[in-house]
Amino acid sequence: MIDYINAITLLANYIIVPSLAYGSQLALGALGITMVYAVLRFSNFAHGEIMSFGTMISIFIIWLFQSIGISINPLPTALLALPFSITATIILLLILDKTVFRYYQQQRVQPVTFMIVSVGVMFFLAGFIRFLIGTSKKNFDDGERFIVKASQFKQMTGLAEGLSIRTTQAITVIVTILLVIFIFWFLNKTRTGKSMRAFSDNEDLALLSGINPERVIIITWILVGVLASVAGTLYGLDKGYKPFVYLQLVLPIFAAAIVGGVGNPIGAVAGGYIIAFSEAFITFAYKRFLTYLLPKEWAPEGLVQILSTEYKFAISFVLLVIVLLVRPTGLFRGKTL
Amino acid sequence: MKLWNQKSNKKVFLLFALMSGALLIVGFFQSWNLMLAILNLCLISAVMSLGVNLQWGYAGLFNAGIMGFAALGGLAAMLVTKAPVIGAWHAGGFGILLGMFILVVSAILAYFVWVRLEGRGKKRYWYVIFIVVIGYIISRFVLGPAIISIESFEPSSSGYLGGAGLPVLLSWFVGGLLAALVAFFIGRITLGLRSDYLAIATLGISEIVIFIFKNEDWLTRGVKNVTGIPRPVPYEIELQSSIWFQNLSEYIGIGVIQASSLFVKLCYTSLFLSVLLILLWLCEKALNSPWGRMMRAIRDNETAASAMGKDVTSRHLQIFVIGSAIVGIAGAMLVTLDGQFNPTIYHPLRFTFLIWVMVIVGGSGNNFGAILGGFVVWFFWIEAEIIGNALVQILTLPLSDSSSLKEHFLNTAPQLRLLIMGLVLLLFLRFAPRGVIPEKTLRKLSE
Amino acid sequence: MTFFEGKNMYAGYGATMILNGCSISVDRGKITVIVGPNGAGKSTAMKALFGMLPLSRGSVTFDGKDIVHLRPEQRVMLGMAYVPQTSNVFPSMTVLENLEMGGFIRIDDLSSTIAEIFDLFPILKTKQGQAAGELSGGQRQQVAVARALMTQPKILMLDEPTAGVSPIVMDELFDRIIDIAKMGVAIVMVEQNAKQALQIADRGFVLVQGENKFTDTGSSLLGNSEVRKAFLGG
Repeated sequence: MIDYINAITLLANYIIVPSLAYGSQLALGALGITMVYAVLRFSNFAHGEIMSFGTMISIFIIWLFQSIGISINPLPTALLALPFSITATIILLLILDKTVFRYYQQQRVQPVTFMIVSVGVMFFLAGFIRFLIGTSKKNFDDGERFIVKASQFKQMTGLAEGLSIRTTQAITVIVTILLVIFIFWFLNKTRTGKSMRAFSDNEDLALLSGINPERVIIITWILVGVLASVAGTLYGLDKGYKPFVYLQLVLPIFAAAIVGGVGNPIGAVAGGYIIAFSEAFITFAYKRFLTYLLPKEWAPEGLVQILSTEYKFAISFVLLVIVLLVRPTGLFRGKTL
Repeated sequence: MKLWNQKSNKKVFLLFALMSGALLIVGFFQSWNLMLAILNLCLISAVMSLGVNLQWGYAGLFNAGIMGFAALGGLAAMLVTKAPVIGAWHAGGFGILLGMFILVVSAILAYFVWVRLEGRGKKRYWYVIFIVVIGYIISRFVLGPAIISIESFEPSSSGYLGGAGLPVLLSWFVGGLLAALVAFFIGRITLGLRSDYLAIATLGISEIVIFIFKNEDWLTRGVKNVTGIPRPVPYEIELQSSIWFQNLSEYIGIGVIQASSLFVKLCYTSLFLSVLLILLWLCEKALNSPWGRMMRAIRDNETAASAMGKDVTSRHLQIFVIGSAIVGIAGAMLVTLDGQFNPTIYHPLRFTFLIWVMVIVGGSGNNFGAILGGFVVWFFWIEAEIIGNALVQILTLPLSDSSSLKEHFLNTAPQLRLLIMGLVLLLFLRFAPRGVIPEKTLRKLSE
Repeated sequence: MTFFEGKNMYAGYGATMILNGCSISVDRGKITVIVGPNGAGKSTAMKALFGMLPLSRGSVTFDGKDIVHLRPEQRVMLGMAYVPQTSNVFPSMTVLENLEMGGFIRIDDLSSTIAEIFDLFPILKTKQGQAAGELSGGQRQQVAVARALMTQPKILMLDEPTAGVSPIVMDELFDRIIDIAKMGVAIVMVEQNAKQALQIADRGFVLVQGENKFTDTGSSLLGNSEVRKAFLGG
């Protein structure tokens, strides 16, 4: 019996807790990509850099707060910085909308042209961000680091396996749940949210119903700004901030959005967790897990790993490609909000 | 049939003359060595953008996996030229071959089952998954020990199987062929997708390819790099010790060391230039042939073309394979120039999207435009570092020299070139979407 | 004076002119039907009347005011409503949400209008929680008409409301349209099923190549042998 509990604790420690946190970050990112896709109808390659921008602002604000001695110990100062970085990201997006995206939206260009435009924005932002903050890794997870430490857990339960939950992981999951609930409430219950869904469903009919497209687009960018800066900050809090990582993050995020069904918010959230959990399950070495469960003489010798850990990122691309080929509309049949 | 009117001819000539002028300025004011180094990479970039232009400019296919194909070309260059590591082959060669055989057999079997069970609903998914998984597990049992023994064979110097030890120039063909082969499979499965999904899918697949190169050390030495790839041109040391070259450098009046390095670079330049010119000639031929006209007709109106009985997907596959092959050749050339295969350099932001900027800035649909774009964008990519630095110097003038802020911005100034490239791309898309040398329209061609 | 009138309209796409001086008019509580062969410019005339296609010549007046320069959204504000021929609902939204979106420009309480609409189209009340895209063709057309009615329009314009529905559903839809007209709404519609449509029309316009060929009451057009022969299949 104790072996079963140990095995489950092992999975919880190495797969469930980290994947919940990573999946939450992906889900928020994918939600942002999906909203742009549903309303403006293009795949926004710049989304990773928008997340990076939000994180950068968070870090600047944290540095400012730390230098004047403001903190909310035991919680990380990042939570206090979030409102500022959200505001800054929204302002950035509205400027980008006005100067870049709006023109192509009005021209009703092909999605692929729009996507190339977003590549240009991605380049621009990447350069801008790296120029401002540099390329080195920055950690900003101050405050209490752990909610439960592995050693404490072992002591408390007397198990052989430990379970550690970092503060950042818990914060990530909680903030994600709150934000996702807010977004779904907004889209399904408010007049403005419904008008966004209507616009995404049938743009021409939305115009005929007197829905102002300009307003819908601005609100979309505002929500995307909230999602992107929160997702970026949470990711940086959890794993450290390194500007070029956010470029690589775009693909798993696209994978999450497409696996779930691009344009479908439920799909985006589900896709985020699907990607995170598959990465963890496929690259986990099951040796210890099986040792607990199997009789002694059956205990495995090798690592019992489906793919080596180096391929972690590649798994999301494989899932992405498989879904694009087998079911391009995604698991949740996306197209509109 | 007159292909070009005088005016656009003159403009192209003028633009290329300006580009040469810019390179000469670098030669005179910075150094000739730097100028040739830039020129050689300009030529490789131009070949790549020629390939991308085939796909995007002729057919409207957005291939975001350029770095994957370049890496395949690079791999070919490495595998063709490096000498085989006999010890490693003895240690695990058989296991690798057997493992690969099992993988290929299970893939063929899976394909066969997939085709035979057409229309049997969900069942065929499960059968195919089952075959692939079983094949993978069996191959793992064979490959695992083989890989370990190969990678532990003299890990500091080899630890991989090595290559075939064949001439370098052959590797450029092989690079093209390998890229074409992979492009065929990628194209077969992705070309039915919507244009923006095609971009994401190709980007994803190329990342997978590069991931494999980074991690399968038995094949590529992974991040330990394969260095010392044989050259198609003489080595500087050999030149410096040969009498005729010493005489030559004395005659020209520059030091023998500098002369040897210039000479080697010039050899590369002439090789790359020949490749570029041959490919350009072929691309122009293709563009103005009925095939090229049909390609563009398909691009401009896919529905109408398919209604007229044109097989759009197979035409797209053709051009996807050809364009990728050209990128593969360029990839092989790049590795030959560097003399090493390093899978970590194939970074999508730095290169894939840069090639896209080249094609769009140069003029998509026009081969001369693509080549000019390759030159201009690569030139500014290198020189933007200097421009960015100067810009920061000016902007931070009010700050004192010891200011840490100034130091920080001087350190991060090279990043400004990303910003400049993004800005250039955005400005072109908005104000000159047809590029510097726009596509010759079909109507003009028939005049 | 006619309540709503497009007079002597010229319009087209690019260089090709579709409308060559056609005129359409309707009065409060009346039904106007536009018929004609394919390519006669029926749908184009509707778009021109609603401001979705700019006129190169001609006028559109609403209640005596010239509205030719107003954008479609502004015409919605004035009390005009339009039901396109295709994609005329929000498919992923529920029937009720479709109605709410139809009344988006109204800031007052929508519930009484929704109740009226459910009286008119009882089936929609039972399906109110279902996504409009999942409904049958006839029900979807009802949603489309109902959505347009949410602004309590004075003019309702319908582009082939019965396209692709069964004859029984068509008769029911026409009955509803008569009911709507009885509430005082002016109705302009384009119809393929010319015979049935002219039976309920107060006024009929036969368009050929963007011009008015015949204009008369519905019943006299039906009685006109020339019209019957050329457009109604004998």
